[in-house]
Amino acid sequence: MSPAIVVAVALLSPLAGAVGCQLIRSPRVAEYLNLAASVIVFVAILRLLPIALHGPYTLLHGYLIVDPLGAWVLLSVAAVYLLASLYSIGYMRTLHTPARLHRFYALFAGFALTMLLGPLMNNIGVYWIAIELTTLVSTFLVGFEKTRESIEAAWKYIVVVSAGISLALLGIILYYWGGSLILGPTYALTWGTLRSVAPHLNPTIALTAFLLVFIGFGTKVGLAPMHTWLPDAHSEGPAPVSAMLSGALLNTAMIGIVRFIQVIDAVRLGALPQTVVVAIGALSLAIAALFITRQTDIKRLMAYSSVEHMGVMTLGFGFGGPLGVAGALYHMLNHSLNKSLMFFGSGNAMHAFRSKRLGRIHHVLSVMPIAGVLWLAGAVAITGAPPFGLFLSEFTILRAGLAGANAWAVFVMLALLVVIFIGFLNHFRAMYFGENPQVAAATSCGQPDAADRFWRVLPMWLALIPLLAMGLWWPSTLSHYFAVIATQLSGDAR
Amino acid sequence: MFAAHLPPLARSLFSLLTITSLLLAFVMLGSRWLNAYLGAFALQSWLIAVLSAAVAYYGGYPELYGIAVLTALFRGLLLPYLLLRITRRLKVDRELHERLAPSSSLVVGGLLVVFAFVVSAHLGATLGLTGTIAVLALTTMLSMKLIGFLMLMVRSEVVSQILGLLVIENGIFLGSQILVPGMPLLIELVILFDLLVVVACLGVLVRYLTVHAGTTSTRDLTRLVG
Repeated sequence: MSPAIVVAVALLSPLAGAVGCQLIRSPRVAEYLNLAASVIVFVAILRLLPIALHGPYTLLHGYLIVDPLGAWVLLSVAAVYLLASLYSIGYMRTLHTPARLHRFYALFAGFALTMLLGPLMNNIGVYWIAIELTTLVSTFLVGFEKTRESIEAAWKYIVVVSAGISLALLGIILYYWGGSLILGPTYALTWGTLRSVAPHLNPTIALTAFLLVFIGFGTKVGLAPMHTWLPDAHSEGPAPVSAMLSGALLNTAMIGIVRFIQVIDAVRLGALPQTVVVAIGALSLAIAALFITRQTDIKRLMAYSSVEHMGVMTLGFGFGGPLGVAGALYHMLNHSLNKSLMFFGSGNAMHAFRSKRLGRIHHVLSVMPIAGVLWLAGAVAITGAPPFGLFLSEFTILRAGLAGANAWAVFVMLALLVVIFIGFLNHFRAMYFGENPQVAAATSCGQPDAADRFWRVLPMWLALIPLLAMGLWWPSTLSHYFAVIATQLSGDAR
Repeated sequence: MFAAHLPPLARSLFSLLTITSLLLAFVMLGSRWLNAYLGAFALQSWLIAVLSAAVAYYGGYPELYGIAVLTALFRGLLLPYLLLRITRRLKVDRELHERLAPSSSLVVGGLLVVFAFVVSAHLGATLGLTGTIAVLALTTMLSMKLIGFLMLMVRSEVVSQILGLLVIENGIFLGSQILVPGMPLLIELVILFDLLVVVACLGVLVRYLTVHAGTTSTRDLTRLVG
């Protein structure tokens, strides 16, 4: 099958889903229409992975690119979209907003579409637009519950991210300017063009532009100190939306940073750009560690954990080399699965205890036995404990760092990971096994019916099983895949 | 490049247009009245449209005439109209509690322009472009960017925040017209369209804010912390 057909299927099915949900206006139909779209997308992306391995293909007069790196990010998007679509069937029914539910699913499918577009974009300007579009669509998903808090979060989200990402646009224009001094005034600024022109770029322009795009897309990725929108947006959206934001959206902006790191590598400015990237990654970990330890809100806890893991990935890409890239990419998929699991668990706990406050959630296992065990396993996994996938990927990133120029960051990362491990799991200890005298009687009320519970536990299984499998066994196909990506990221440049 | 070799008349015209646009950003910074912001923004957009047309004429980029017309229509008419509708509905006509008084904002804005000039002059010097219109364009682009950020920081009315974002966008657009006039048409069109969608989305959110949060000042949005 040609890549064009697969890409068309992957893009048209969420589009059809979004339009269908909006037109049919029935909550039941919308649920399954969105689910069908997500299944088709997932199958299409699985099909796209082996195709992409055979080199970058460009489609639509060079506006779309299918390369292994993009396909890998798309895999994490498609996986989270599928899991979140399954979960939202069970979760959104409990919010009692049936009249607006078709709009939720229309926006949900539309959000998935914009996220699938980003990694496929070959023209850097259009990539910027795709990232901006994800913000615009997801703002309304964050504010969907229309409470005072959710609208506050939506407002902060759109203003902070739009302002931040405008820095990236400035950086892109500076790159275009730098390129136009060599290639002439009119040319298409694609990733490939920029990389091939990079060795001839004026170093001052290249460095300024790189810092601007790094801060700009870093805002969207949620790197400290530009992360301020992230805990608000992630905590106030409905749980499936939080999972999509954390597991999928952040990765689509991360791919932009990775591609710009590749460009700045080709400019040969020495270690400075890498050091900036590594320092911001380490700072994100530090900020996350502080807020995780002192957190009182279950979803903000998960949100700061996203800041942490984006920091870990940034460190991996900053360390670079085949090992660093492989570790960071493996971490990307692991984090997507794991964070979806965590947000689904938080959604279930919020529903059972009618509160987001950590202090009000207690004796989880007696209230939700199966989902509770899955959630606890996820909590152990997300702190990077074996035998789950994140242990392997974090370990790989640490090894990659020791070999590079920024070995100091490895020790910072290790220390902060230990702090986060203790801080994060301490909250779970209190929720699962802690004695809470004030609210000793279980306050759980409104048990969902069996069908709803099925939809809210099934995706947790589907996220945990591959996570465990990837922790026990790193498939050699994947190693090969990551090696190809790492060669493409560095090969043409050096 | 185009900006380095210009007839003196064109140079003066470009300088006049960029510097007036920058001054209009200061008008916004120095005023409390939302209508003054709106007027300054509309005028700034018209100046940028004239600039696009001038670049089209002197640089030989005929497609920029189209961009000039669209800029005038979208940025000069449609966006101010949308914002005016939002302001009318809000029944707020001035900034009540700015974190920094307009006079102090002007001083800070001046310092930001100096900073932008230092950066641009350095960039220009490494390219051998000292004293050309390119350095002026870079300075204006960075200054308007920083002034937009300053407005986002010190102003709390939602309309002022939207205008802060728009000033940032206008700065980038102005700079790109001079620095990279050959940028593909599609990109410029999509960015124009994107801006319209951003303002429409913000307008809807403003309505949610008034209905569900009962406020249009971001000073009151303090529930989410930590």
